[in-house]
Amino acid sequence: MSLAKPDALDINNKQKLAIIIGVAGLFILVLALFNVNFPNEAFFLLLSLALIVLGTAIFSREAYLNKPEGIKNDGTWFKSISSRGLWGWVLGLVLTGFYIVLYFYPKYLGLGLNGGANTGLISLFDPLSQLLSGRNASQWFVYGTLYTLAILAFGLKFLLKYRHNRYQQWRTASVMLFQLGFAFLIPEFMYVMNNDLPYYDLKSIWPLNYYLFDEWSVKAFLSTGNIGLALLLFGILSIFIITPILTYKYGKRWYCSWVCGCGGLAETAGDAFRHLSSKKLYAWRIERWLIHFVLVFSVVMTTAVVYSYLGYNSNEFWLTRGVFISLVIGFLILVFLGVMLFKRHELAKDATYGAIGFFIVIALLIILHFTGSTEKLFYIKPSALRSAYGIYIGSIFSGVIGTGFYPIFGNRVWCRFGCPMAAILGFQQRLFSKFRITTNGGQCISCGNCSTYCEMGIDVRAYAQSGENIVRSSCVGCGICAAVCPRGVLKLENDSMKGRINSKEILLGNDVDLMKLVNKD
Amino acid sequence: MEHIVIIGNGISGVTLARHLRKLSDKKITLISAETDYFFSRTALMYVYMGHMKFEHTQPYENWFWRKNRIDLKKGYVKQVDTNTKSLQFENGDSFSYDKLVIATGSKPNKFAWPGQDLAGVMGMYHKQDLENLEKHAPNNTVCKRAVIVGGGLIGIELAEMLSSRSIPVTFLVRESSFWNGVLPEGESEMINRHIQNHHIDLRLSTNLKEIKSDGNGKVKSIIIEETEEEIPCHIVGLTAGVSPNIDFLKDSGIDSGKGVKVNRYLETNIKDVYAIGDCAEQREPIGNRRPIEAVWYTGRMMGETLAQTLCGNRRQYNPGHWFNSAKFFDIEYQTYGWVHSTKGKPRYERHFHWKHEDDTKCITVAYHKDNNLFLGINTFGIRMRHETFDQWLTEGRDVDYVMQHLATANFDPEFYSKYEKEIVAAYNKTLQIA
Repeated sequence: MSLAKPDALDINNKQKLAIIIGVAGLFILVLALFNVNFPNEAFFLLLSLALIVLGTAIFSREAYLNKPEGIKNDGTWFKSISSRGLWGWVLGLVLTGFYIVLYFYPKYLGLGLNGGANTGLISLFDPLSQLLSGRNASQWFVYGTLYTLAILAFGLKFLLKYRHNRYQQWRTASVMLFQLGFAFLIPEFMYVMNNDLPYYDLKSIWPLNYYLFDEWSVKAFLSTGNIGLALLLFGILSIFIITPILTYKYGKRWYCSWVCGCGGLAETAGDAFRHLSSKKLYAWRIERWLIHFVLVFSVVMTTAVVYSYLGYNSNEFWLTRGVFISLVIGFLILVFLGVMLFKRHELAKDATYGAIGFFIVIALLIILHFTGSTEKLFYIKPSALRSAYGIYIGSIFSGVIGTGFYPIFGNRVWCRFGCPMAAILGFQQRLFSKFRITTNGGQCISCGNCSTYCEMGIDVRAYAQSGENIVRSSCVGCGICAAVCPRGVLKLENDSMKGRINSKEILLGNDVDLMKLVNKD
Repeated sequence: MEHIVIIGNGISGVTLARHLRKLSDKKITLISAETDYFFSRTALMYVYMGHMKFEHTQPYENWFWRKNRIDLKKGYVKQVDTNTKSLQFENGDSFSYDKLVIATGSKPNKFAWPGQDLAGVMGMYHKQDLENLEKHAPNNTVCKRAVIVGGGLIGIELAEMLSSRSIPVTFLVRESSFWNGVLPEGESEMINRHIQNHHIDLRLSTNLKEIKSDGNGKVKSIIIEETEEEIPCHIVGLTAGVSPNIDFLKDSGIDSGKGVKVNRYLETNIKDVYAIGDCAEQREPIGNRRPIEAVWYTGRMMGETLAQTLCGNRRQYNPGHWFNSAKFFDIEYQTYGWVHSTKGKPRYERHFHWKHEDDTKCITVAYHKDNNLFLGINTFGIRMRHETFDQWLTEGRDVDYVMQHLATANFDPEFYSKYEKEIVAAYNKTLQIA
């Protein structure tokens, strides 16, 4: 970082004050973490959270409202925190550390062991938890509260930053609302209504919600009567009916950048890091292997887990191991044949990879069925498979790396490389959706703002400068490429399937005959 | 194997090289003295503003060129010998070609102002200009004020760049209103106000007299011609247009005026030598176009066309309907077809102008006074579809049709406020008055 660069892009005195306020709020949490006992926990918790929100709000106000409406990316690559400088690395390490403690050593956050009282940071959150659901806080309650707070505070910042852009405003308001309501408040109220219900964030869909079909979860749903059954059915409907319809109409953005909690955090707290995602071709290659590996892993793991608690005797329950595995294989074959029959040409050379992946899954499921015993599947306990997925994918990948590494690899590492839900939605988006980003004729000047600010690492410019629409399975439809484009070249829209993918050699504006000669649609 | 040598790795040269590779197996060499790899010149401003790093302005990864067998050579061509078909480089190297394409782009204009070669005086065109700016104007303590001379697209971009680092800017514009040689009055005046809203000291109808030295070869101040006012400053940006960068061709025998003279096939007077992009000058202007078009899009189109010719499908450069775009601070501008400035418009051209009350959006629609034929549209702050207007221009629609269907051309992001109703209402009202 050259000294001559305007690193401290002149934050004004009010912003300095805002930083002090915000840090004071955080400091209360740090003190609690180190077991400082506050006399009135409810008051200090409220004070801490209020200071954090207030600090962020004042800072953002000063950053954006003093200037005319427009794109506010000045100095993004000069600031240490948003260009992998010292502050970026410090923040990355702090976040990573927090996630490791959260997932693996919650006692250091003050979680009371064996029913003991909470201490430290977690006990600070007891009053809020008591207020909402009448029980003491857990590390997950603390995490959920801070997570929601981050989405709300940085969501406000984002709203101010993009005050000229109604698309950005609506979708940000949407993720803020879904996080606060569906992920945070409603599950607590559901617990109050019926405390046998498992924690269920209605918008979190399998396979992102990988524990939905765990034995304890399904049992809990089934033991709570109609409401539990309804919730379980809603979970299944979400996967097979609701998701495909919405993705067909709007693309996967309806979920990834309007509803999802992971997406919500990425779009708000992670917004300052979106440009750090790699746009290199090799990154795309890694992405495709990794995300589909996770998808296969999650499908096989979930099938194995469900399989493990089903019986053999159809007189006890109609859904036996044999019936279940046949249903899964049958469904997969149906999807596979459908795609190969109707969409083969659109997949082009990816069809081979898709076919290989498909046969691997089928083979695994058959091996599972014929080598499985009551105790063991794949010669190991199914619970081991489940916990491996939980630790490596659910905790380390999505949490520690996915969020902890925001300041290093960008804000959508998990969504891009790991989320199996994103893989499924992406598959639907690529083949069965009206959504695309339209390129405006020949207006692109190849400047690269779109690619730079694409959090999913899509080289948007490569398409735009060829006059080609962008139809990519990974696109979450955040719309920032269209916002930062200085020439009005990109537009997110839902239109007909026909002509959605349109490669061109000669761009609009040139000789009409030449265009006709060279561009074959 | 035929060896095609392209001097210049800008959008024209690179488009040509890419298309040659798609169509043929010829040996292709791209020569540049500026950078190792192709970058988007129009994006240099965003590097200084911190929106992007320089590497982000490169549309292709570095492996792309070898993979596509496009040889890159860095060097400055000093001389072209068309008899022996060879190039002499400044460092003594020489190079032979079978076909030569000149795509050397432009250089900033200088008008023999006293002091124009002082340190701290710069254009804003080459990558080296960016490095120079970074050196002389890294922040507002080193550079307490900047003066920009010349009110065109590069001038306003330079103003935006400098103000992103809170450097005070005085902007000298020769014309009585910003870019009013191109823009109709209402638009030009709206942009004047927008410039001032960004705290730029905009001086209209103002010329530069001289640039004063601090005695150590650096800029100290400038003097304004009209008022003799002295404005202290640390850098001076000269952005009074560009002209073809072809000095090295002086003794080559290649016919040139301001630019390299070419016919509609982009051929020069010498066999196997061609010119495309900013440096090419059409012997006869095409339609309303200027003989030299220093525009990104036309450079690209010439590259697309010449590739056909060089691969045996000889074609004229025959651009379609005119279009262009720019961004003035926060206001995007697009144009389709021809809308002339208030002063420069042909007698048959009539305008309908609408401006939003927030003073950041407006459109001007040009039509023929006799038959109401739609001629073109300028749009500010509202994005519109290239394809739709291209089709309407081809179909020869009249202005009524265009106004009634304006909404179908809208290209703004979803959920944006729509202004077509208001525009059409205003249009209908003007017609009743007229």
